[in-house]
Amino acid sequence: MQRLRRTMMFVPGNNPGMMADAHIYGPDSIMLDLEDSVTMAEKDAARLLVHNALKTIDYGNTEMVVRINPLSTPYGKKDVEAVVKAGVHVIRMPKTETAEEVVELEQEIIKVETELGCVGRTQIMAAIESTLGALNAYAIATASKRMMGIALGAEDYCANLKAQRTTGDSPFFGMELQMARQCIVTAARAAGIDALDTVFSNLNDMDTFRREVEMIKAMGFDGKSIINPRQIEVVNEIFAPKEKEIEKAKTILAAIKEAEKRGSGVIAVNGKMVDRPVVIRAQRTIDLAIASGIMTKEDLA
Amino acid sequence: MNSIKDRAAQIAEVAKQMNKAVYNDSTVKKDPTPRFELQHKCNKVVTLEEAIKKSGLKDGMTISFHHHFRGGDKVINMVVAKLAEMGFKNLTLASSSLIDVHEPLIEHIKNGVITQLHTSGLRGALATEVSHGLMEKPVIFRSHGSRGYAIKSGELHIDVAFLGASSCDPMGNAAGFSTSENAKSICGSLGYALPDAKYADHTIILTDDLVNYPNQHNAISEADVEFVVVVDSVGDSSKISSGAIRDTKNPRDILLAKQAAKVVMNSGYFENGFSMQTGSGGASLAVTKYLRQGMIDKGIKASFALGGITSHMVKLHQEGLIGRLIDVQSFDKVAAESLMNDPLHKCVSANEYAAMLEPGSATHFLDVVILSALEVDVNFNVNVLVGSDGIIRGAIGGHPDTAQDSALSVIVCPLLRGRIPCVVDEVTTLITPGSNVDVVVTEYGIAVNPNRPEIKERLEAAGLNIVDIHDLAAKARSIIGDPAPLPFGDKVVGVVMNRDGSVQDVIKNIVG
Repeated sequence: MQRLRRTMMFVPGNNPGMMADAHIYGPDSIMLDLEDSVTMAEKDAARLLVHNALKTIDYGNTEMVVRINPLSTPYGKKDVEAVVKAGVHVIRMPKTETAEEVVELEQEIIKVETELGCVGRTQIMAAIESTLGALNAYAIATASKRMMGIALGAEDYCANLKAQRTTGDSPFFGMELQMARQCIVTAARAAGIDALDTVFSNLNDMDTFRREVEMIKAMGFDGKSIINPRQIEVVNEIFAPKEKEIEKAKTILAAIKEAEKRGSGVIAVNGKMVDRPVVIRAQRTIDLAIASGIMTKEDLA
Repeated sequence: MNSIKDRAAQIAEVAKQMNKAVYNDSTVKKDPTPRFELQHKCNKVVTLEEAIKKSGLKDGMTISFHHHFRGGDKVINMVVAKLAEMGFKNLTLASSSLIDVHEPLIEHIKNGVITQLHTSGLRGALATEVSHGLMEKPVIFRSHGSRGYAIKSGELHIDVAFLGASSCDPMGNAAGFSTSENAKSICGSLGYALPDAKYADHTIILTDDLVNYPNQHNAISEADVEFVVVVDSVGDSSKISSGAIRDTKNPRDILLAKQAAKVVMNSGYFENGFSMQTGSGGASLAVTKYLRQGMIDKGIKASFALGGITSHMVKLHQEGLIGRLIDVQSFDKVAAESLMNDPLHKCVSANEYAAMLEPGSATHFLDVVILSALEVDVNFNVNVLVGSDGIIRGAIGGHPDTAQDSALSVIVCPLLRGRIPCVVDEVTTLITPGSNVDVVVTEYGIAVNPNRPEIKERLEAAGLNIVDIHDLAAKARSIIGDPAPLPFGDKVVGVVMNRDGSVQDVIKNIVG
């Protein structure tokens, strides 16, 4: 089953209380942050804390991501070393603008992994937070085999675009991010990796949050970056497949099983041809349904 | 002839046989004072000092109080200061609970005015001092139901009760609210004061609103009241709330509350006509919110809600989801006002609420109770009184009463509070025995008492994450490590009474 990334919860890397039990709320991924939520004075302490959290806390099946400081800062390389040694699943690179930056990060990772004897263990995701990054999205997404996803960082992107962030009451809600979102989701799909949307930071406006999640789901995103456990339920609910979709997916998967038995490649369900992309979508629907708790693996049998 | 004159000899004869006097009309003189004026001349209304003197209070006796004003209570400190001033010594103080605001008692204990305490809880500086061995005699801790019964049975004999009331008429009809325009305070139910009023040798009402006779919807009857004392203030109503009344935004509390609500909804007891009680902590309050949604979704209505009543419960009642509210203590102003205005919102005494040996107690008819805990251990024992540092910092309240009597008791307790493990191998102090605890909800999973296999089966069928309680304790230990043993001394500073009147546990002093 392909890993789901409906929710990637940001947790400040200098907050042990939040780091200790972030997984109990059930996010698909947790992103421990060493970058923007940690002040200069606390960079070293936070790095040590994140290293030890990854090594000691049992996060279960949650995917563990660490957002490092840019390699151009005095902290970036130390961050890479500390988190790779701690066995992080994914390093998230902030403010990525070019493929070369991804390659540079990969070289740093390889150095540490070679030392540890585990080359290839660490995946990379890139946050795209500028217009240049958006236009280079495909190059970034394909810069390394380690790339597992690209994500939008809206605040920096908007500053760079010289646009204001729109709010839920604006008729142009979300317009400023339209292009970046489409670049990212298209590039991710072309590269065969995941696309994650930016955070929504107004926790008091759950209605607009819901609208935004519905919108990005419709656009094709795999999930959303979140900043509070309260946002998880809303995202999961919206990403949960509807009953009809599940029934259809089940029929398709059953038909393809049957066809495989017969040794036939192409099948038809209800008179429509079913090819590979349809099967992939059906499988994803089932994965989502199981992850959402709507159905169990036993239901498939 | 058969006039009264003719019967005089027989009247005298009968009177003699009955050892009674013969009625003498000439001694009766009618008082022409207008009655409105007369009620204010009632000799029950006296000063505090007069009331104390006339009550016959002596050194060594037992005085009692209620804590319905919680953090806003002014009666205990006022009365004990007066008793100290009048030179009383060696008194036993039996309050339904004691909290931070009662810190001045420390001085009165040091000066020998108060030499023993009976209470449900102890908090703040007084609790810390007691834990360090302030008193010679141990504090006797009882649950609310247990206290009521101990007073009734005479095990806890009260000589003089000093009971604050938000309104009282000159005859002593008293209530926890006032409908007069001079109303100064409101605390709602006077449930914990009712056994005192009824069974104390002498009952003195202190009120900050002396209203005209008859004071209606009175909780305490004039028949039980000897004196009425008017004071400036009996309590600050803004402090009766036990914490945040608004919805919690703490994600952990929300997670715990949702899980607890799912437990209730899948327990087999979530049926039309069920009854429920929840505590007043953040997570417990939130449970009410999620249960509400479940009740609406499934079309289920509760027959009654019991206990400390909160604004959340009042809301469900007003929406028609709960038939009646049975209120031994109003946890906030909204609840107190509802008690004043709503005939289906009923005030009950501690005995009617939760006494083990009284068959009519409401807890006997309670389906589900949601409770919190400071600690739970692997045998499902619960501690709500003594902190993990060995310092007394809580209250028994109705915890053991409701856990034992309800059909299903659910404890909501985080696995960890900061660096403090809350699921442990053995609780610091035994308050509610594990045999009465059915389900423990933590953020790391739900543990079901092995005594209740059918509950475990139902919750598993509903897809809830059921874990072994030993695994929870091990999980806490793996994160936090083994805490250092507490530096207990050898002196017994507290005694925990079981509801049946037996001694259940003792609390030792903490050193350093």
